[in-house]
Amino acid sequence: MSSELPPELADSPKPKELMAIDYRPPQQPWMETPVNFKPGNYCFPTKAKNLRVLDMPNPREWAPEEEDWKLPENWMEIIREGMKDRLDKYRSFKLFMDICVRCGACADKCHFFLGSGDPKNMPVLRAELLRSVYRGEFTKAGKILGKLAGARKLTIDVIKEWFYYFYQCTECRRCSVFCPYGIDTAEITMMGRELLHLLGLGINWAMEPVANCFRTGNHLGILPNGFKDALDFFAEDAEEITGVKIDVPINKKGAEILFVVPSGDYFGDPGTYTCTGYIMLFHELGLDYTWSTYASEGGNFGLFTSHEMIKRLNAKIYAEAKRLGVKWILGGECGHMWRVVNQYMDTMNGPADFLEEPVSPITGTKFENANSTKMVHIMEFTADLIRHNKLRLDPSRNDNRIVTFHDSCNPARAMGILEEPRYVIKNVCNNFYEMPENTIREQTFCCGGGAGLGTDENMDTRLRGGLPRGNAVRYVQEKHGVNSLACMCAIDRATLITVCDYWARGVEVTGIHEMVANALIMRGEKDRQTDLRGEPLPGKEDEEDV
Amino acid sequence: MKLEDLLAQKMTAITKAWFQLVMETYPPDGSRFLKQEENRFANPVGSTISQELGNIFEELLNGVDSESISPFLDRIIRIRAVQDFSPSRALSFIFDLKKIIKKELGSKIRDREDYDELLKFDSRIDLLAMLAFDIYMKCREEIYKIRVNEVKNRAHRLLERAKLICDLSDEEPDFKDDKLDGKDMEFV
Repeated sequence: MSSELPPELADSPKPKELMAIDYRPPQQPWMETPVNFKPGNYCFPTKAKNLRVLDMPNPREWAPEEEDWKLPENWMEIIREGMKDRLDKYRSFKLFMDICVRCGACADKCHFFLGSGDPKNMPVLRAELLRSVYRGEFTKAGKILGKLAGARKLTIDVIKEWFYYFYQCTECRRCSVFCPYGIDTAEITMMGRELLHLLGLGINWAMEPVANCFRTGNHLGILPNGFKDALDFFAEDAEEITGVKIDVPINKKGAEILFVVPSGDYFGDPGTYTCTGYIMLFHELGLDYTWSTYASEGGNFGLFTSHEMIKRLNAKIYAEAKRLGVKWILGGECGHMWRVVNQYMDTMNGPADFLEEPVSPITGTKFENANSTKMVHIMEFTADLIRHNKLRLDPSRNDNRIVTFHDSCNPARAMGILEEPRYVIKNVCNNFYEMPENTIREQTFCCGGGAGLGTDENMDTRLRGGLPRGNAVRYVQEKHGVNSLACMCAIDRATLITVCDYWARGVEVTGIHEMVANALIMRGEKDRQTDLRGEPLPGKEDEEDV
Repeated sequence: MKLEDLLAQKMTAITKAWFQLVMETYPPDGSRFLKQEENRFANPVGSTISQELGNIFEELLNGVDSESISPFLDRIIRIRAVQDFSPSRALSFIFDLKKIIKKELGSKIRDREDYDELLKFDSRIDLLAMLAFDIYMKCREEIYKIRVNEVKNRAHRLLERAKLICDLSDEEPDFKDDKLDGKDMEFV
């Protein structure tokens, strides 16, 4: 064949040589495919100071790309003991290790798998990372038959693999929706992370918030004066826009309701607009409520760390409710806070029997669903207000927004709050379009940055994880001209901006109470010219400079 | 028969084979699914790649018009730029097309004239590869920019809250050029 080549190509590689370039990945089985740590794909490890403050094991500086992870000498024993301890303590863990029949229903449901094509991101295989060691260490069949029974030995490479993949799971639980046995893969990831923490293997973006929250009450370590400044700042902003002077009650003893939000609402845009929305709404209602500088964090990164840590952080909210003498607790637009409240709080720190059954002071509605935890989601509260005609709303003020709604994983799947946000959105804006049905409600796709992964050093991983969500957003952007993605979770509000920038450029992220406050007609308000972002309201564009 | 007509006739076979080769760049346990599921929301990677490879090939038959072909390329490369590939592996699929065409048309290339046409078509694929480099870099640069923006936005708002910085508001007087023409200014 080479003799037929024209002379100008005589020096080029021969077709056979070109054919020999093989880009196919290695064909060995997953157990023998080692993990490759490279920038963009993993999160930075926990700084020693943050572990020290929490009395957690093995504080030291280390790096995943280095060979030596500086583990304790008896690391193997620690993991074995840790696993045994948890198998005895948590019946669910034992069950999840034993009952999977590898039917594959979950395999293609994970956003990280869908975005990467990496089989170890299939929930079933992610669980196998742990299950194979469980079989090898704790079951007779596994000890005798080894690989034949799906078992393997505990090695340093296995630990590295755990670190890589258990921090590529956002604990969103989409896979669990499809599991015929109801295996909660998020809980397997939680167990994997608990075990890793026994060796001092965690990620800083999750553990710094935990350490800060433990000391100062919120993820960023914002002190009480900073917290007050932020809220006062929002009140000033709101006054400038509406002409209504708003007081923000903080640490008010004897208030009827304690209000708790994720700190993302008061330190990061666009959460800050939603935060401004809350104080405008409560002012308009004349609500007897209070913020707290001690319970200044609704988020609980303990959920991404260990059961012990969930309990330690969650306890602060209830301690503060007791100290202030409130009747019940109202919670803001947060995601995983609601998983903690609905699925763990009651058995960890409950029952909160010193509080009363939550009753809306405006409508008289009893929130019986919150009888045990005494904590009501703000979307239930606001939907109830609208249902009883207690708010004067002008949805046309949001006419510049063509909106779709992203169900945040935890409120949707761990709480089932699906209708209330839609009801509120449809009452405060005129243009609303749903994304395709296999991407919303219980089947919603994660933002890719939950469970402590919303940092910037793992951007490639996050964007892969955000692909299925971004893909659905782009679809409604192209089909209906959607320009706003509404959501009710602080992590979403931060990370979906990035997802949209890359996968559906031009779509802006908004909280729901930001839109509520834009539409809300307040008593004594002036003729509003701008929305909460300082952008001219629809129809007021020409008056901007007046 | 002209080469383009031959290729157009073989379009389904070629794009199918092309898709198969792209899928082989993923681990087999993963690609099995990416190849099968057709719902574009349940399998955005597989369905996007399958659809856009078809679009790219169709465009190639008419030449390489960067404006019309770039959006198709972008959709595939945008995905592969964030997956666990080296740049060369991410873009290797472009060159796969040469391989497939030679295989599909092998027996039909009989004389020097056919071969010249094939070489010309090959150079279209080379052009496509160059476009692909640009798009790949654009995507990576977007990622760096997004990353920087995230960090910047976070820090800026905090400084603003802490009243450590003060932005010029829109009401600030404008400094007109005539006042800044340098005549009255002294540089010490």
